[in-house]
Amino acid sequence: MTQEIFLYQAQQKIYPRSVGGVFARWRWGFVWLTQLLFYGLPWVPWGDRQAVLFDIAQRRFYIFKLVLYPQDFIYLTALLVISALSLFLFTAVAGRLWCGYTCPQTVYTEMFMWLERHIEGDRMARMRRDAAGWTWGNVARKSGKHAAWLLLAFWTGFSFVGYFTPIHVLWHELTQFGLGSYESFWVVFYGFATYGNAGFMREQVCKYMCPYARFQSAMFDRDTLIVSYDRARGEPRGAPTHKVGVDNAALGDCVDCDLCVHVCPTGIDIRKGLQYECIGCGACADVCDTVMDKVQRPRGLVRYATENAMEGGWTTAQMLRRVFRPRVLIYTALLWSLIGVVGLSLWLRTPLHVDVERDRSSLARIVEGGRIENVYRLQVMNASEAVDHVHISVSGIPGLALASNADFVIEKAQSRWVPVRVQLPYDGAPPGSHPITFEITEPDSGAKVMEKSVFLVPR
Amino acid sequence: MSDFTSNFWPIFITATTLLGIAACLVLLYVTSKTSAHGEGTDDGSTGHVWDGDLREMNNPLPLWWVGLFVISIVFSLAYLVLYPGLGRYAGSLGWTQDGHYTAEVQAIDTATAPVYAAFAAIPFAALSRDPQAQAIGERLYMNNCAQCHASDARGSKGFPNLTDSDWLHGGTPEKIIETLTLGRNGQMPAMAAAIGAPQDVKNVANYVMSLSNSPYDSVSAGLGKAKFGVCAACHGADGKGNMALGAPNLTDGIWLHGYGVNAITEMVNKGKVNQMPPHGNRLTEAQIRVLASYVWAFSNHGDASAVSP
Repeated sequence: MTQEIFLYQAQQKIYPRSVGGVFARWRWGFVWLTQLLFYGLPWVPWGDRQAVLFDIAQRRFYIFKLVLYPQDFIYLTALLVISALSLFLFTAVAGRLWCGYTCPQTVYTEMFMWLERHIEGDRMARMRRDAAGWTWGNVARKSGKHAAWLLLAFWTGFSFVGYFTPIHVLWHELTQFGLGSYESFWVVFYGFATYGNAGFMREQVCKYMCPYARFQSAMFDRDTLIVSYDRARGEPRGAPTHKVGVDNAALGDCVDCDLCVHVCPTGIDIRKGLQYECIGCGACADVCDTVMDKVQRPRGLVRYATENAMEGGWTTAQMLRRVFRPRVLIYTALLWSLIGVVGLSLWLRTPLHVDVERDRSSLARIVEGGRIENVYRLQVMNASEAVDHVHISVSGIPGLALASNADFVIEKAQSRWVPVRVQLPYDGAPPGSHPITFEITEPDSGAKVMEKSVFLVPR
Repeated sequence: MSDFTSNFWPIFITATTLLGIAACLVLLYVTSKTSAHGEGTDDGSTGHVWDGDLREMNNPLPLWWVGLFVISIVFSLAYLVLYPGLGRYAGSLGWTQDGHYTAEVQAIDTATAPVYAAFAAIPFAALSRDPQAQAIGERLYMNNCAQCHASDARGSKGFPNLTDSDWLHGGTPEKIIETLTLGRNGQMPAMAAAIGAPQDVKNVANYVMSLSNSPYDSVSAGLGKAKFGVCAACHGADGKGNMALGAPNLTDGIWLHGYGVNAITEMVNKGKVNQMPPHGNRLTEAQIRVLASYVWAFSNHGDASAVSP
């Protein structure tokens, strides 16, 4: 007998039940922390500009006191490496902490579910509504929910674009219905992505789209704290009854209430063990604790525990001692040294950059008195918000001197190409290429930059 | 697609593209199901078993992913209708790279028009001292002129120095604008035959050197003076040149193509064609005026690199 198997699968709608508890409080803490930062930061002023502004058109990136140029891209690389290392570290210690508490997908889903719950009701109410179909009440509440979602989503898109276009300008444009085409596109695009991902896609993003979800499981070891079901304590599961012939004493602590499944945002059963869908949010641990309290059993039937601790029946102290294992210590050392290096580099950063380019049209020319002249273009970049009065000098060969103006004004946060002529007396050096050094100083800020180049003497 | 002379390639490309898209759809349908093998499939497997215990599990693809695939196919078909992609078909929107480029240039020109309109009202001399105009002029210069005339505008061999007051074709604002717009063709014909024997050419070269009080052989120069008549047609009897023809002044000690009797001899023998390319097709009239004011400022307000806007 043969039977057709369909290889595509429609999304099973999940109705997560609301949950309270210590892990839920942690998650809401992170929701507030990350979102106050995200929505609030664009509104923070700094002098006469926005404190954090990424001006793509001008290619200037302002972060409080810092004015970054595209030439400072290395800092973005460093930030990404630091983020990756932190992810490795947190994951090695306690699994998918990022996924469960701070990932935007989790955070926005949490916010969207909060709206959903307050408009449509909790799990059972929502399931009843969906079963009832198109009643007037449902239409009203669902429209209300989507309106609230869209409002939040587009506010998110608006805040996002506010990092690239000054948000006061953006707000003004929005209220005048005068948003530019790029701005409108990104507000709508980012807003729509938020609405779709947090409202509809939810766990599908984690299960099918997110690459981190898959490789984080590869970073677990037997000492990683993961949300685990204590099988030895819980099984055989079952609710105690007064029926004759059932030996309540033989039952484990799990009363098989299925609440851990109902609260799960990815719709899995934690009692089946570690699964790739588990985002480590701890909702099942929270809800199980409330049940254990009611049935007067000790908490922690579902808890953060390591594989080794579960198997060996370790105490919490024994388990936590294994956090300080080589893998974690190495990640920690790497992470802190990198943060230290980047911090030091930012601290010591001179707000003045110079690139020296030899002029493209002439190698060298002979001018009055047989002096040899080379022309250079210096790109002087003012990475501060004060007007720079730079002074240029040159050294490297005896008698080498600047033949053109040595003092220039560079407007704040602007860069300027500055042509300079350098002359060497006749017979000052043998024919060939000679290394020289430009020294660019800014007396007001004390900034000093040395840049190497070469001086060519023709045959 | 006009670069293909035969019809084969356009047809080949069209057929490959459309068949490829159709094949995607077919693949999507064909791989949507499989037939189970043997007994029931309650365990989530397809019932296929290898080596006694190796089972093929069914790990279904989400339907929304299939939906995205279908959307991308619809998108590609819509794209092929709207834009050029199928052989010689130009697309219903009539989009071309040229047109896109022109539109972008026009958009920039429109956006900068008010700035240049304000400059138009400023007299030339004042424009050459206007900080904003000079900053724009500097960028125009760096992008369009510095490649030949050097960043400091002092040029190099064969490329005139723009900071001195020696002008081949005239240094008035009008003349500079004309040079920028239309370009210039500098022509020095080979004059050896007209002058005579190689010694005569050498004599003329010595005479030319004498005009600017450069080192020369006085006997030779004396002999060369008589032969200078042929040169005078363009460079003038006094050797001071003729801006209308672009003939350089030979008396000012400025040597664009090399200094000394040998360099001059070679120039007389071989002649020279030198070109300043026209920029009227690359820059707008208003841009050229700003650029001209920037160039004019070098010789009228002092050193190029000394001008600090």
